[in-house]
Amino acid sequence: MRATCWMGSRNIEVERVPDPKLLNASDAIVKITSTAICGSDLHLYNGFIPTMKRGDVMGHEFMGEVVEVGKGVQNLRVGDRVVVPFPIACGHCSQCDREMYSLCENTNPNAWMAEKLWGYSPCGIFGYSHMLGGYAGGQAEYARVPFADVNPLKVPDDLDDEQVLFLSDIFPTGYMAAEACGIQPGDTIAVFGCGPVGQFAIKSAYMLGAERVIAIDRFPYRLRMARERAGAETINYEECDIFEALEEMTGGRGPDHCIDAVGLEGHAPGIHGAYDKMKTAMMLETDRPVALRQAILACRSGGTVSVAGVYGGFIDKFPMGAIVNRSLTIKSGQTHVQRYMRPLLRRIQNGEIDPSFVITHRVNLSDAAVAYEMFAKKQDDCMKVVMRP
Amino acid sequence: MKGRVMPYNQFELSSTERLTRALGWFSIALGAAEMAAPSRMARLIGAPDTDTNCNTLRVFGAREIAAGVAILARPDQARWLWSRVGGDALDLAWLGRAMTGDDVEKDRLGVAAAAVAGVAALDVFAARRTRRVQRVQRQQEPWSARANSGVRVEQVVTVNRSLDDLYSFWRDFQNFPHFMRHVKQIELIDDIHSRWTAKAPAGMSVQWDAEIVQDREGEWIAWRSLPGSQVDHSGSVRFSPAPGARGTEVRVQMEYVPPAGRFGRVIAMLFGEEPEQQIREDLRRFKQLMETGEIPLSDGPGLWRAAQPAKRADEIRDYAGVSE
Repeated sequence: MRATCWMGSRNIEVERVPDPKLLNASDAIVKITSTAICGSDLHLYNGFIPTMKRGDVMGHEFMGEVVEVGKGVQNLRVGDRVVVPFPIACGHCSQCDREMYSLCENTNPNAWMAEKLWGYSPCGIFGYSHMLGGYAGGQAEYARVPFADVNPLKVPDDLDDEQVLFLSDIFPTGYMAAEACGIQPGDTIAVFGCGPVGQFAIKSAYMLGAERVIAIDRFPYRLRMARERAGAETINYEECDIFEALEEMTGGRGPDHCIDAVGLEGHAPGIHGAYDKMKTAMMLETDRPVALRQAILACRSGGTVSVAGVYGGFIDKFPMGAIVNRSLTIKSGQTHVQRYMRPLLRRIQNGEIDPSFVITHRVNLSDAAVAYEMFAKKQDDCMKVVMRP
Repeated sequence: MKGRVMPYNQFELSSTERLTRALGWFSIALGAAEMAAPSRMARLIGAPDTDTNCNTLRVFGAREIAAGVAILARPDQARWLWSRVGGDALDLAWLGRAMTGDDVEKDRLGVAAAAVAGVAALDVFAARRTRRVQRVQRQQEPWSARANSGVRVEQVVTVNRSLDDLYSFWRDFQNFPHFMRHVKQIELIDDIHSRWTAKAPAGMSVQWDAEIVQDREGEWIAWRSLPGSQVDHSGSVRFSPAPGARGTEVRVQMEYVPPAGRFGRVIAMLFGEEPEQQIREDLRRFKQLMETGEIPLSDGPGLWRAAQPAKRADEIRDYAGVSE
């Protein structure tokens, strides 16, 4: 089959690889009909996540049709149309019992690598480095899906791929970030980063009762989508001081809660941004937490900073003093997608949201390399790329 | 236990290292003198301070400094001390040639040669002692594949199943090969006795008989190999409820004491360089098996192959030691 392979930093190629086979009795093979490039795939693309190996199949947002099931699979049949969540959960461990699916204790066969870096290991993730399981990803024609009884969500035929594909990651991710804020009536939420997760965080904050959402980015097309499609007020951080702007817009209180939808490759103008670029270049820190620092400083005292963006390693100049002295709460985690898929599918069915609004590019899988480059360089107002095999 | 490790005492180690360090510093001091003031050095040993002699002394000085630095950097390695012995031989040869020349003070040269010979004797002594300590230490290094040493590991994992389920699975020793990678097969001889076959490198295997020495239902099982086995093995597992319905804590302790010789090395190789990690992985597999009924397989286990589908499913299964 054809598959999108990581061939080194900023080097993606569509290669011929063997078709996936059933390895475990609980596996299913899915013939992929739609797959997307995630903002977090760019961290792999740019070489920020360790333990990638040349030839790794990329992709953790995908859906398709079940073409084969292992002998232990009971809930799925050949022909079922499914969306596959990016975290792989076993459904039996105590974390799965608590619906903390991305913390599943059994699905990372390479857990020892993650333990070396993070103490304990989270779940395995499709196409997201060897230390997160070394599972072949879904930017391909077929994928093997472990624990098929637990993970894939069957979707009704009357919804098309583009409406349900993002249940695999970015819609639940934006939603969980907003939910973590514990939004109360009257709350103002600041969303740092207007990529696809940021857009869904804005939408979700409104769904959960936010009074106002203020979105921050530097690309006019992203700010425009945040305003026009997601309904946020916007700030371009290259045109003003974020702290002052947020302070001014919130009557001097600061936003009640802040969401970091940027992650480890943040940008900032001036000395602040240059500092982290230099530190990461010199290998003195692994991640650039510019948005996270700003979110912490900007947040109203007693508020929550909800981190949806991906961080992989170590950050520098973390404003712990602000967190302690102003009673801030930090909430984070890889999304427990399985917890949100069904309720969010219902919201789609009810017409509360059509997640396809973020899609700007539709390409064939063969054009993955070009699509990655375009997305990474924010060319052609690229927001979200959906690929069809 | 026969031929376990050669005993060596701490005193021998520290006195050898002190001597080695002294020789290292001596090398550096002598080398520095030879390089900084070769003509005075030449006169001191009774040779004429010709350009040739001075240049030779400078080269020798550089050699002395290099040897000294190497010795101080790795005082536990005999090789640099042997390099000093080689240097001493060169010095003596040069002094011998100088004797035959004109304009030499034979008395002074003789004293210099005697001094070099004395230092050479010390060098040989230190090199041999260091080599012996090195050898013994290598054998005592824990977990080393080269070593003829034992392996003792304790690990713990919490499993989301009842104490009774875990106990009964473990009590059936025939289940061990499902999650213990080094165990190929266990045959039950009777309720207490079992015959173990462990995998060894290059298709070899090791076999021994074991008996259950303690068995408290739902709590604790301890076993050990019968006296006179190829391998002296003992193990135990303890089950206790984790607080607040968090499942069951499983504490495993295992010890392998290999005999001398070939089988000893085989046992050490069974566990590679990190037996602690291997037993930890075994317990992770036990947890996976008990909680999910299977051991989930990765397309890219370790960093051994890219995370893409394998040509044959068996490639992955064999690597993981999992049967279909």
